[in-house]
Amino acid sequence: MYNIEGFFQTILDYQDFDTEAFFAGVTEPDVRRVIAQNRLGPLDYLTLLSPVAEDFLEEMAQKAHRLTLQHFGRTMLLFTPIYVANHCVNQCLYCGFNVKIDLHRTKLTIEEVAAEAEVIASTGLKHILLLTGESTHHTPVSYIRECVETLGRHFTSISIEIYPLEESDYRELIACGVDGLTVYQETYDRDRYAYLHPAGPKRDYGFRLDAPERGCRAGMRSVNIGALLGLADWRREAFLTGLHADYLQRKYPDVEISISPPRIRPQIGGFQPAVKVTDQNLVQYVTAYRLYMPRSGVTLSTRESPVLRDNMTRLGVTKMSGGVCTAVGGRSRSEETGQFQIADERSVYEVAKMLYQAGYQPVFKDWQTV
Amino acid sequence: MRVYINGSETEVAEKITVSALLTQMGLDPDTVVVEHNMVIRAKSEWAQLSLAASDKLEIVTFVGGG
Amino acid sequence: MSDVLEIGGIELRSRLFLGSGKFAANKVIPDVVAASGAQVVTVAVRRVDMASADENILTHIPKDCVLMPNTSGARTAEEAVRIARLARAAGCGNWVKIEVISDNRYLLPDNFETIKATEVLAGEGFVVLPYMSPDLMAAKRLADAGAAAIMPLGSPIGTNRGLKTKELVRILIEEIPLPIVVDAGIGRPSEAAEAMEMGAAAVLVNTAIATAGDPVAMARAFGMAVEAGRMAHLSSPGAILQYANASSPLTGFLSE
Repeated sequence: MYNIEGFFQTILDYQDFDTEAFFAGVTEPDVRRVIAQNRLGPLDYLTLLSPVAEDFLEEMAQKAHRLTLQHFGRTMLLFTPIYVANHCVNQCLYCGFNVKIDLHRTKLTIEEVAAEAEVIASTGLKHILLLTGESTHHTPVSYIRECVETLGRHFTSISIEIYPLEESDYRELIACGVDGLTVYQETYDRDRYAYLHPAGPKRDYGFRLDAPERGCRAGMRSVNIGALLGLADWRREAFLTGLHADYLQRKYPDVEISISPPRIRPQIGGFQPAVKVTDQNLVQYVTAYRLYMPRSGVTLSTRESPVLRDNMTRLGVTKMSGGVCTAVGGRSRSEETGQFQIADERSVYEVAKMLYQAGYQPVFKDWQTV
Repeated sequence: MRVYINGSETEVAEKITVSALLTQMGLDPDTVVVEHNMVIRAKSEWAQLSLAASDKLEIVTFVGGG
Repeated sequence: MSDVLEIGGIELRSRLFLGSGKFAANKVIPDVVAASGAQVVTVAVRRVDMASADENILTHIPKDCVLMPNTSGARTAEEAVRIARLARAAGCGNWVKIEVISDNRYLLPDNFETIKATEVLAGEGFVVLPYMSPDLMAAKRLADAGAAAIMPLGSPIGTNRGLKTKELVRILIEEIPLPIVVDAGIGRPSEAAEAMEMGAAAVLVNTAIATAGDPVAMARAFGMAVEAGRMAHLSSPGAILQYANASSPLTGFLSE
């Protein structure tokens, strides 16, 4: 069932690792030393995620800022999501598309995808992220493929955030224009994962865990991973997300591996986060990750407030969404319910303006598949 | 008959065995490895292994090296 | 705290590997080995000299050392494989240092042929330690091919010029999940310490010891330097600060 050649071996290696005991042994000089180090190992990264390191956020932020400038310059890549369907067979307790939630289920026709794409393209964006729920009946790979072909007329970079596929399916989508893959593990904690996904194909932890690697093997240019913060101990989730990114980056040096640190947002199902993840926690995670993986991208979505996003522009973030709507066809249809509530409702233009004011160049096009 | 030992053409007795040859050359069998016509031969074979004309023999040993 | 280096199923306490070439007299080797503390000693494989029956180098190497025959003289993967097989037939273990050099001017290793030889020999059960030019992609391929450790050069062989390839070797240490043994070019104990401090798993030294005025004393100096460097690496060196203090706070917004 599990591919123990893959990242699952690392999950097993750390399964019984006592992070609390490790944190209890972390001292302030340890944190200072790690911040000054050029290259961090896994336990160095964990040191920066410790409660003790909370007193060093400014030092971590300064270094994160410096490293990000060094590797990415004063730029921020902008993209936006397009939700093409909300049909879903899974029962993720925290998700607004949970099959048990009474929600108007719909999917865009290809004509509607074209219309929505046109609205988005008028903002100047060239990078788009296509999302669906998991339903191979309503949104099979062939449908995704048609969507991608349609989006290809307006966008130079198309990423997908859909249900995990086999390598051959990823290859097929790459052949018709996809260059990026986003798959969040949601939680790396296997017990929590089993609890949060009581039914549906998503119960298969291992198949999801290996999806980013299948994407790398299939030839994705960029692969984005993450844990949904609020489902389990965030320090452990941050740690394993970093290890997963490092695993993929080492094994697939030609793929751009990036992470997202999404915090759970209010959604129609009313799920209450099990763990509170504060702004301070988020800053600690992102800056620690930047020190651990200096060249890796970090995406900050509109789940976060304008104030936080503005301030985190200088703390290691390299990609932001803008002009976001999490409802299917939300830009051309008005009555649909979204997957979750966003916190930053600014338009692409407004986000770009904020970046210019902060001394950053918003990048609309960073890639074109030829 | 003539055989090639370490690349040099050498006159040896007909059907001489590897063991006899090594003794004749004053080599300690424990310190050398023998390759006969590109095939490495175990020490246990040396007493029975007779050479034929034009055979190629490599006798190697360890020397100092970094 | 025990700090052992495991290669090919053997646990090593000493992280100094010793080359046995170029000594003025081989009879000094036992004293050199003892003074250095080395447990791994390299030797070369050569045709027996018919004119003068050489004394055998093995009689000078303590029996408890791990013998690592090299494939020096090989210019192609095929030749390296042949030499390695001959060496193993001597019955002194299954370690081999692959060394393929087709460049007579700088004596730089041929990474491409080295990868090919590594693949073949690892498949035959050898413990393969390839000597290479420090290149990340080549090192990854050597790791994939089954190398037990990677041995990048510090500077051209026999030059005593030190750790000229430092930045490239550092990348290998960071990226390759195998022991990195800096081989060739290390001329002074301080350079061996530097490599160890940086995180090298071991260093291989020959010329610097063999050609020293007092090889036994120099061997001892290298042994101490390797230990010191290793200990420094393990004790997590203190911070070298890049800047005195932040000019403007980046996290002030968190307390607003």
